[in-house]
Amino acid sequence: MQDSGIAILFKGINFQRLLGGLWVTLRIALISIGLSCVLGLLFGLLMLSRRKIAQVFCRVWLEIVRFMPQLVLLYIVYFGFARMFGWDLDGETSGILVFTFWGAAEMGDLIRGALTSIPLHQTESAAAIGLTQWQIYRHVLIPQMLRRLLPQAINLSTRIIKTTALVKMINVIEVLKVGQQIIGQFYRSPDAAFWIYFVIFLLYFLVCWPISMLAKRLEKKWA
Amino acid sequence: MDWSFIGVHVPDYIGGAWVTLRFGLYGVACSMVLGLLCCLAQYFRVPVLRRIVGAYIEVARNTPLLVQLFFLYQGLPRVGIRFSAQACAVIGLTFLGGAYMAEAFRSGLEAVDRSQTEAGQCIGLTAAQNIRFVILPQALATAVPALFANIIFLIKETSMFSVLAMMDLMNVADTLRTSGGRTIEVLFMLVAAYLVLLLPVSLIATLAERRLRYAGFGDRHPV
Amino acid sequence: MSEPILRVKDVHKSFDETGVLHGVSLDIREGEVVVIVGPSGCGKSTLLRCINGLETIDRGEIFLRGEKISGRTKDLHLVRQKIGMVFQSYDLFPHMKVMDNLLLGPVRALGRPREEAEKEAMEMLARVGLREKADVYPRTLSGGQKQRVALVRAMMMHPEILLLDEITAALDPEMVSEVLNVVIDLARGGMTMAIVTHEMRFAEAVADEVLFLEDGVVVEQGPPEKFFHAPETERAQQFLKSFTYSFKKSEVQPKNNPED
Repeated sequence: MQDSGIAILFKGINFQRLLGGLWVTLRIALISIGLSCVLGLLFGLLMLSRRKIAQVFCRVWLEIVRFMPQLVLLYIVYFGFARMFGWDLDGETSGILVFTFWGAAEMGDLIRGALTSIPLHQTESAAAIGLTQWQIYRHVLIPQMLRRLLPQAINLSTRIIKTTALVKMINVIEVLKVGQQIIGQFYRSPDAAFWIYFVIFLLYFLVCWPISMLAKRLEKKWA
Repeated sequence: MDWSFIGVHVPDYIGGAWVTLRFGLYGVACSMVLGLLCCLAQYFRVPVLRRIVGAYIEVARNTPLLVQLFFLYQGLPRVGIRFSAQACAVIGLTFLGGAYMAEAFRSGLEAVDRSQTEAGQCIGLTAAQNIRFVILPQALATAVPALFANIIFLIKETSMFSVLAMMDLMNVADTLRTSGGRTIEVLFMLVAAYLVLLLPVSLIATLAERRLRYAGFGDRHPV
Repeated sequence: MSEPILRVKDVHKSFDETGVLHGVSLDIREGEVVVIVGPSGCGKSTLLRCINGLETIDRGEIFLRGEKISGRTKDLHLVRQKIGMVFQSYDLFPHMKVMDNLLLGPVRALGRPREEAEKEAMEMLARVGLREKADVYPRTLSGGQKQRVALVRAMMMHPEILLLDEITAALDPEMVSEVLNVVIDLARGGMTMAIVTHEMRFAEAVADEVLFLEDGVVVEQGPPEKFFHAPETERAQQFLKSFTYSFKKSEVQPKNNPED
């Protein structure tokens, strides 16, 4: 019995299975984003520190993230750490580790950039009208920093969500894997593969696009 | 660390690196062309094209390369469109990269003050001369950091070619890892290979940026 | 009476709903320097931009040596080769050295041979006192120097008429005279010019005729001696008054006079 591709999508709980797979990736992404924000803040502050060693530490971390494809980092954690330290990490945990490692560094860099891009005379004029250091932070620096930071942070989040698709390569049952399972099940269908992958494509778009639109709107509003 | 193992397999890695680099660069080159065309379509507000380009950029930037590759390589053949693995690699990378390059070129063009265009017009240059001597050089100079960042990003993205059954770096590493079992050495060489690929690009980027900064940009202060 | 180099006839211009120029007419003869003054936003810059085709006019006509130049959509660059314009924001090309800035127009647009143009450029640079700066990038120059280069760049095209739009407005005060002296030098050499400026003493020195523009209409027009010392209209009088202060602190009696 030949099933047309589209029909397969709505057969039984296939679509739900796909969504379940998507949720796995989203879960990894969201946890990584959350951890990145926290660690990123620390990272950012560390980058601004005067101590040479902190700066070197951050620099090295950033360069690793800059030069290594995320997939390589995933392999190192998933396959490598098992051999090196005897840790038996599952795909999800490896994913979270790697994406947080990456996200924290980028987030920290964004925070540093946002803080240093505020012109000095803003601080100076605030001081000149007699505000205390704390008030300057609260009313002048932090609001402006957030405005510069937020759109870029949201863009970073979108990138993290897209990159989590990579965990397929370290044996996590996420949306692509589920898709492949469904295609395998319905191998007799001529074009199941087309529709399944098309839908997965669409799903990612529907998740990421609104978020990036939000970032754009914020950027325009606060330009 | 088993250095003999490493020594024996360097040629494999060189082969893999060559595959990665070759198709990576094809993708980069095509992306830049596509990106420039898209950017010009938007800048000159070409009626229908502008919308299509806008939609394309949104789609390409909000979907992971991995999903795009699966769709191209496993999905499309089912409706009769069959590309070779290599073609999928280049098409996928170009599809993704074109959008990013378009954004980079756009930011470069927008950074050129409108008054510069007017100054060129006032000394009697034709529109074509204005673009060639006044606008484009300044636009490109501003866009260069973003362009190089995109190049590095795209070469990192080539790590996903492994799903296309091409013997790129990741597949070489995978094959060696699963057959020989010397995971640490395999991963070490993988890291080294990507460094060898990306460090020169990064160096060229820094040199290019520095040289353009020396030329000076009016009252704009290099950050 | 010879044909005026520039004839502006009843020009009207609005941006969206806002009217900026309401029927401005003006003739400039060869060798004449017309200075246009008026409060901010009255349309002075817009008028110059319309002459040069940077803005399109809604009504009226503009002629250069008898040839109609308004309302053109093609070959505007040929018109602009005959009209030189310098802006408040200098707009030198930052990615080119000073000499290249000067040569771009003559060599590319006019097709003059490079060596010949370069020779002339060096002479002009020497005349404005910037000979040694030929080989540097604009960002190393001061505002006054950039503006002098901008003037030379415009003159390199051998224009029929030079339009100057508040070219000293963005300069530090001590650099204003070095630039204005170049303009006076050009006027002495017989260059036809239309100058928009706020520098009243300079205006009086260099003008053959003064045009007072307010709210897009020519309110008063006449030779500088008349305009600056015996303006006819009340609005002109008000305008000129705004440049002087009648108050003098040192002449005011102190309040707490111990002798009271």
